[in-house]
Amino acid sequence: MNPVNYLYLAALLFTIGATGVLIRRNAIVVFMCIELMLNACNLAFVVFSRMHGNLDGQIIAFFTMVVAAAEVVVGLAIIVSLFRSRHSASVDDASLMKL
Amino acid sequence: MSAQLAAYSTSTGEAFQFWVLGSVALIGALCTVFMKKAVHSALCLAGTMIVLAVFYLANGAYFLGIVQIVVYTGAIMMLFLFVVMLVGVTAADSLKETIKGQRWLALVSGLGFGILLLAGIGNASLTEFDGLGQANANGNVQGIAALLFTKYVFAFEITGALLITAAVGAMVLTHRERTERAKTQRELAEQRVREGKHLPPLPAPGVYARHNAVDIAGLLPDGTPSELTVSKTLRERGQIRDVSTEALNDLRALEQRAEERLERTEVVPATFRRTEEASK
Amino acid sequence: MENLIALLIAAPLLGAAVLLVGGRRLDAVGHWIGTVLAAASFAVGVVLFTDLLGRSAQDRTLTQHLYSWIPVEGFQADVAFRLDQLSMTFVLLITGVGSLIHLYSIGYMEHDERRRRFFGYLNLFLAAMLLLVLADNYLLLYVGWEGVGLASYLLIGFWQHKPSAATAAKKAFLVNRVGDMGLSIAIMLMFTTFGTFAFGPVLGSQEHPGLAGDATGGKLTAIALMLLLAACGKSAQVPLQSWLGDAMEGPTPVSALIHAATMVTAGVYLIVRSAAIFNGSPDAQLVVTVVGAVTLLFGAIVGCAKDDIKKALAGSTMSQIGYMVLAAGLGPIGYVFAIMHLVTHGFFKAGLFLGAGSVMHGMNDEVDMRKYGGLRKYMPVTFATFSLGYLAIIGFPGLSGFFSKDKIIEAAFAKGGTEGWILGGAALLGAAVTAFYMTRVMLMTFFGEKRWQPDEHGHEPHPHESPRSMTIPMIVLAFGSVFAGGLFSIGDRFLNWLEPVTGHAEGDSPLSPMAVTLITTALLVVGVALAYAQYGRRPVPVVAPRGSLLTRAARRDLYQDDFNHVVLVRGGEHLTRSLVYVDHTLVDGVVNGTAASVGGLSGRLRRLQNGFARSYAVSMFGGAALLVAATLLMRAV
Repeated sequence: MNPVNYLYLAALLFTIGATGVLIRRNAIVVFMCIELMLNACNLAFVVFSRMHGNLDGQIIAFFTMVVAAAEVVVGLAIIVSLFRSRHSASVDDASLMKL
Repeated sequence: MSAQLAAYSTSTGEAFQFWVLGSVALIGALCTVFMKKAVHSALCLAGTMIVLAVFYLANGAYFLGIVQIVVYTGAIMMLFLFVVMLVGVTAADSLKETIKGQRWLALVSGLGFGILLLAGIGNASLTEFDGLGQANANGNVQGIAALLFTKYVFAFEITGALLITAAVGAMVLTHRERTERAKTQRELAEQRVREGKHLPPLPAPGVYARHNAVDIAGLLPDGTPSELTVSKTLRERGQIRDVSTEALNDLRALEQRAEERLERTEVVPATFRRTEEASK
Repeated sequence: MENLIALLIAAPLLGAAVLLVGGRRLDAVGHWIGTVLAAASFAVGVVLFTDLLGRSAQDRTLTQHLYSWIPVEGFQADVAFRLDQLSMTFVLLITGVGSLIHLYSIGYMEHDERRRRFFGYLNLFLAAMLLLVLADNYLLLYVGWEGVGLASYLLIGFWQHKPSAATAAKKAFLVNRVGDMGLSIAIMLMFTTFGTFAFGPVLGSQEHPGLAGDATGGKLTAIALMLLLAACGKSAQVPLQSWLGDAMEGPTPVSALIHAATMVTAGVYLIVRSAAIFNGSPDAQLVVTVVGAVTLLFGAIVGCAKDDIKKALAGSTMSQIGYMVLAAGLGPIGYVFAIMHLVTHGFFKAGLFLGAGSVMHGMNDEVDMRKYGGLRKYMPVTFATFSLGYLAIIGFPGLSGFFSKDKIIEAAFAKGGTEGWILGGAALLGAAVTAFYMTRVMLMTFFGEKRWQPDEHGHEPHPHESPRSMTIPMIVLAFGSVFAGGLFSIGDRFLNWLEPVTGHAEGDSPLSPMAVTLITTALLVVGVALAYAQYGRRPVPVVAPRGSLLTRAARRDLYQDDFNHVVLVRGGEHLTRSLVYVDHTLVDGVVNGTAASVGGLSGRLRRLQNGFARSYAVSMFGGAALLVAATLLMRAV
């Protein structure tokens, strides 16, 4: 098997995650879809690392994970405070950003 | 695991593993998107992540594989579950679209993007794989550490700062300042007396002990359920189970059978109906 | 000595400021303040004149630099004055005649409760006129030019309670504006062509030819024609002549000072001052002579038909200025004579106007000559001075007009060729007509039966001689009318005085000076005889007869106002209407259409901004897809 198949898988996961972001309204699920996209990228990085025979790709994936952790902390905090003020976790309820 | 695993040529075992677990990962991703309940989505995502962790290991990223399981699946997904619990486990989302054309646009652009991405990868003629045999010669963790603390040390330090900032930020965002002193039990009791409503404690929920019964409203003397008996949280979530009608009908049937046994004449023939149905 | 030049202007300017700002408390002494300051200016002028006389002919140009007005890199406008022989002549005329008319106005305006204001305006006029003739560059001259326009407007409309006066003031202002536009365009052209508009560099001097000598013909002609347009506006030459007749609505001293002696000659001054420019452009000079000749006849014909004494004199003024412009257009042959006629005309025409004012003063402000008659017995002094002025203007041998007008006719013939004959012929014809209409005025006013009638209030007029403050200026001016010409001409004094500034050339006249004089005198006699035959031997009808076609046309100023109305007013209205139509349909259509389409487009695009984060995310994602597509496409290509 050609390891490039991993890249196809990563592309599919990324696309599914992106579509999920667009379709779902529950902020938590949207957030999970974003995590899915990040993971797909990480997979691609790892495969690239194997392709080039050095560990830099893995380092980038590691940093992605760290940043994702920070992002999750802040993002979930935002969702919680949003839920507190609006009693809803729907992203469509926060729609004041219009003319 | 041997260094062979990370080489260009993949073994049959790895191919088999890829096709089986890859399908699982895809299914998990799709379920994440399309499950109605957030909890289910979270669990499916956790599954996908575990599969990805296996793939990391298969690609020679042993350290990342373990981190993926421990940090992502273990910590981050649990954080998600906590929040889901806070926000409401059972509140299922409706998947009905409210923004006009949003779903079509999303699907079209998603499809287009995916096809383009796949075409791009297909075009790239990525056939040369060096394998990580040499890079992992001294062990994967040692290799990563050597890079992380030399070449990437500044980025590493900065991500540390980022993590601290995020932690502080989360605390600031979720912290609520208490603007007035919390009332003591005594003051609460005095307030209840002053207001004159519900002087005694609230009535207990119904006691048809079929399951935990906390969500079953107690019945008033005329047979209607009293919402006061159910906890405020359940009331607001709309999770009160009303079993009064069937319970009363059961009771009626029981009484009727008892009458028949005792050979008394029937007094009340009608079955009970729910109050709101009766009012229609 | 140079430092005195500013004082010339400062004195009347101070008078104007004091009188106009001072208010009612100066009512009692205001006229004396004005008169004394005008006389002071004249005194300074005399001092400067004696100083100039003491210098050699080449050394008679004094300049005074007061301050830098607009000190911009490449655009230097200074408040600087130049006093040379030409300016000096004007200064003496303006301040001299001006002072006399101030004196006259004290009596004439005695019963007017706004007399102080009148003197303020007169002083303002003096200051502006002096600024005009003393300026050392065209921009400062333009300030004076506008200043006299303003003073003229204020004084014509001085009796603004009369609608006719207010309208006449407005008309004068508007017509002058056309000329002023010409002057401003001329200054702009000068600046773009020469890079400066100061007299020194542009006009040069006798020894050093100025920039005007180097300019190409087309530009020089354009500048000259624009200057001519300005001169036409200020000097009431065809085609901008229509305002002068109506300007007689102003008080008579104003007509004498501004609309006869000084301001209307500013155009002649401008042309003579810009001699270097006109000399370089024969085409423009030809136009100048044509304008002069046409106006000369135009004014004379109009003057023959008017029954209003002031309007008859106004026609005469127009005609005499036509002579001056004609002379100025002849080039170095005529410049000196243009100015000489200007000065003598200043004397006798001011005298005639003051006489007319004196008559009106005695006749309850009646202006219709058909209601005068036989006044010589009642107003002996006025009659005497008016007669001298009359003899001077028709060119009676030995008096001022004879010398100056004769020279102009000679110069016109000296132009040479067919042009010379035509121009000379026109000038001769004009002289005859002048004799006719002036004799007519004379006969209708002072001779014949008395024809005066009670006015609408039933007051019978009691003609009487005017007070001394009015007769003294008339007597002084009469002296000027009689002797100025001889004083100037004998020994060519005026020619020698002015030649260093304007230059002079002798033309080769086809007729000898003697022949011209004889023909002129003969024509003069014919004109007088014709007038006597018509107005002296027969009684003058009180109600004007219908008259011939030419008379009726002349009464209506040869249809100048009708022409202006049809061609300019109607044409302007049509032009404006069509422009408004174009503006409303085309311009507004384009503008509003653009606005409406942008608005409509925005209204539709606005819907994209629905506030839902997911919507924005779709656009982002779609954009990313397009980006990937573009990248792949570029790689494929």
